[in-house]
Amino acid sequence: MATKIDRRSLLRVTGTALGIGALYSVFPSLTRNAGAEVIARSLFDINGEAPAPFSFIQLSDTHVGFNGPPDPLGTKAFESAVATINGLKDRPELVIVTGDLTHDADSSDEHAKRFRLFKEISAKIGAAQIKVVPGENDAALDGGDMFREFMGPTHYSFDHRGVHFIALDNVSSGRPAVGAEQLAWMKNDLARFPKTAPIIVFTHRPLFDLKPEWEWFTSDGDDVMNVLAPYENVTVLYGHIHRENFHQTGKTKLYAARSLIFAFPDPATTPTKKPMPFDKAQPFKNLGIRRVTGNATGNDLQIEEVELSTAQYSGAVGIDQMLKHGDADAKDE
Amino acid sequence: MTITKNKLVTVTVLAVGCAIVFAAIEPKSRVARADVNPKVIEITAKKFEFTPSEITIRKGEPVILRLSSTDRVHGFMSKPLKVDTDIAAGKPTEVQVTPDTAGDFTIICDHYCGIGHGNMKMKVLVVE
Repeated sequence: MATKIDRRSLLRVTGTALGIGALYSVFPSLTRNAGAEVIARSLFDINGEAPAPFSFIQLSDTHVGFNGPPDPLGTKAFESAVATINGLKDRPELVIVTGDLTHDADSSDEHAKRFRLFKEISAKIGAAQIKVVPGENDAALDGGDMFREFMGPTHYSFDHRGVHFIALDNVSSGRPAVGAEQLAWMKNDLARFPKTAPIIVFTHRPLFDLKPEWEWFTSDGDDVMNVLAPYENVTVLYGHIHRENFHQTGKTKLYAARSLIFAFPDPATTPTKKPMPFDKAQPFKNLGIRRVTGNATGNDLQIEEVELSTAQYSGAVGIDQMLKHGDADAKDE
Repeated sequence: MTITKNKLVTVTVLAVGCAIVFAAIEPKSRVARADVNPKVIEITAKKFEFTPSEITIRKGEPVILRLSSTDRVHGFMSKPLKVDTDIAAGKPTEVQVTPDTAGDFTIICDHYCGIGHGNMKMKVLVVE
């Protein structure tokens, strides 16, 4: 089913999410904006790059190490996502992963093993930069120490083809919070940009009260949104909720990606937060790519859901065999 | 002794005024008295449960929730009940709650405490 989204911003994000993550094409509509040349020059002066077209992928909630009833196939959806990305005609220059790279483990040795496996699988993504933020499974028990050891800092920023990216950590304090120190850092980081600069924030938890009793919120999310509010072209990408969602606060648009492990139901339709059951006939159900396309001059974008490939598992028969015999990557925890 | 019309009016106005003031103050006094000794409910947190897992309290009546943890730090959060605190192990924490709406509410642990954390919650039933 196609969904139309009206977009009137300098930055056009033509892709969103899913299951394997989201494919985004970013192409500033410079030719349609009278002041765009000035802005482009300004951004070039600031970060050495004027805005230019590119595409990227968002993956989320790979939960490497999880292997239970809602997804007895463990990392298979993640691996299928990697294969799908590598099969794209135009390879993305950038892949971002919005948290819960690993599933939490009782021992630090086991957790380290899961980080190594995440790196091993993600390293197969061809020729792309991979940028990550932690989820609570990665970083909330040890303040992010192991995440930093394997993946690097929990928050940072960078520029890519004229777009400013901010990686925000709203998990490693143990609470769903960004914290005053990181907020001050973000405010300072943004200070050098004009209000029209294209900005993408990626983080794990929603920065608004999506469903607090399901822990779908960030306690100081309003403070983050207030820092972002003066900027006209901000997109926030996040995970955590294992399902798609679109929300807008002021001019800021926030998109959630599906997970690569199992889906949660729509909280509007059920009182209980419980993973949706595994469906052998459709093992990657609700885990797919959402491809968004639009024309170069219009503002109406078409969003198309694309399922992950199940060809290698030959449908339910293949899944049965795998569940019965397992394989090197589909062992119990 | 005669009472002039003006004096009668004045006395009447004062009497009515006092009644209004008394009526206005009385409910607050009742609340103040309730505040002096609100009911105390003990709640214990440990991975990955609260005990008891359900409590019933009355709308508009303040209660003290005395929270303690037997293992590690846990969270205790409900936006509708306006409660949000951490519970440190071995250090009881008290929060006062005065629900202004009847209904069923969920309190969750929002301080990540490990595998199973997502199911750590309790019910609060607020009755009229």
